[in-house]
Amino acid sequence: MTQFLSLLLNGISLGALYALIALGFVIIFKSSEVVSFTHGSLLLLGAYSIARLSDSIGFLPAVVVGILITALAAFVIERLIINRLRGAAVISLAIVTIGVDIIILTELIRQIGSDILNVPHPWGGESFRVGSIGLSQNRLIAFVVAAVLIAAFFAAFKYSSWGIAMRASAEDGETAALMGIRQGRVSALAWVVAGVLAAVAALFLVGSPTPGVSPTAYAVALRAFPAAILGGLDSTGGALVGGLLIGIAEAMAAGYQDQLLFLGRGFSAVVPFIVMIAVLMFRPSGLFGTKELTRV
Amino acid sequence: MLSIDALHVTYGGAVQAVRGVSMEVPDGKVVAVLGSNGAGKTTLLRTISGTLRLHRGKVESGSVTFDGADLVSRDPAQAVRLGLVQVPEGRRIFGRLTVEENLRAGGMGNRDKAAKSKAQDRVYDMFPVLKERSSQRGALLSGGEQQMLAIGRALMASPKLLLLDEPSLGLAPRIIGQIGEVIAEINRQGTSVLLVEQNATMALGVADLAYVLDVGEVSLSGDARQLSQTDEVQRLYLGHDGGGEAGERRVRVPSGKKLSRWTA
Repeated sequence: MTQFLSLLLNGISLGALYALIALGFVIIFKSSEVVSFTHGSLLLLGAYSIARLSDSIGFLPAVVVGILITALAAFVIERLIINRLRGAAVISLAIVTIGVDIIILTELIRQIGSDILNVPHPWGGESFRVGSIGLSQNRLIAFVVAAVLIAAFFAAFKYSSWGIAMRASAEDGETAALMGIRQGRVSALAWVVAGVLAAVAALFLVGSPTPGVSPTAYAVALRAFPAAILGGLDSTGGALVGGLLIGIAEAMAAGYQDQLLFLGRGFSAVVPFIVMIAVLMFRPSGLFGTKELTRV
Repeated sequence: MLSIDALHVTYGGAVQAVRGVSMEVPDGKVVAVLGSNGAGKTTLLRTISGTLRLHRGKVESGSVTFDGADLVSRDPAQAVRLGLVQVPEGRRIFGRLTVEENLRAGGMGNRDKAAKSKAQDRVYDMFPVLKERSSQRGALLSGGEQQMLAIGRALMASPKLLLLDEPSLGLAPRIIGQIGEVIAEINRQGTSVLLVEQNATMALGVADLAYVLDVGEVSLSGDARQLSQTDEVQRLYLGHDGGGEAGERRVRVPSGKKLSRWTA
């Protein structure tokens, strides 16, 4: 039972980080109608920038600058490429983002080389314990930060002018334009927000219990894709639920791997995708997705 | 004042949707544009509101100006800022947003906070039902209420000229009558209106001036009341079998050709 609770806590904290990434994915889709595969490299860029900069300018400034760099990269991708391809087929745009992703990723791998980069989290690698239930401090802080960010995001999405402009554009772009809403601006802002969320997730994903910054952090972002898809690609609430579901499933599969040994070692790495496929079989547009994703 | 001069618009470089249309919407007036499907009414509105490009349409020649500012190369947000706001055909309210959020979305192009809150008071004043239902999702409103919301949403931008694309579409006759009254009231409060309609009875009842479009060209134009007396408008748009002669016509017929009855 304690193991179960422990795994559940770990799963939720991991899931909260997936939810951050998935939220970015969803708002980009909603505002630009792009399935953005650039998220993996954006995440790695965030982690890399924070790790590299903390040596010279200290941890906190490095976090701030790292988040800014990631947001700027997302902004540039939107302005330079996505905005100019407005109206292109969804598939072409998705492939374009894969191309952009590969370019950034390749450069980052070259930069990282054989270095072992660590983000010097001031909270270190200790665990936080209540009775016999343990959670790494990094994950605990991650959960708190993610919860605050997610709450702030949903509040902004619901009440702010940006949120209303965003939801109006997502529902009916042409009519939103007729109301004087600038879609380019809405979309650029969505990319910036997605970049920030990805960088924050990166900050925690490269800490305990996962080791330092390496290209494997990229694979973590890949696991946030099924979170977005199974929640429903156009549902922010779905991204949250999907993220938590994937996080918990992954933590459970990792924790009980001895019992799951008949499925092979490292089963937890594929669990997110299995959960996604299982959900989509019964609900093709995801848990909370709109039935038709195409706009008329 | 909105002024359109010898406007030619094509889609995809091939389909000529508007061919040499000239028209004027003087300040403080209601101008109706009548015509059947495919007459070019919606294309005309798209050109004015700057959404033509979204439909791969192109202005080949001619000009559209509003208070002297050229509209042809502007995007919709710029048109809104100039004071031109369109209520799209089929209402197109944001169904997943609440009524209040729909109105806020309508006010996005309006930077002036005081003007925005004044506009909101005016909208709630004009359509009390929207205030009652302000926290409901737009999709839950009835067709007539949705049209009220679509008009109210456009008014949030405090337009100088309101463009209405077939506001009577799919509504019950009683509601259409109300829409006519609403348009008259909006105009009385100082907003010019360009009303595109297939429902000629309502449109000619509320308009000062009217134009009839036929396959991309203006076939008739003039004073709305006089126009409604003409044989052709009576026959084609008002559903009467006109007994009068063409000689009774008191309006200008630019093309000089007769309207042909459409099929469909």
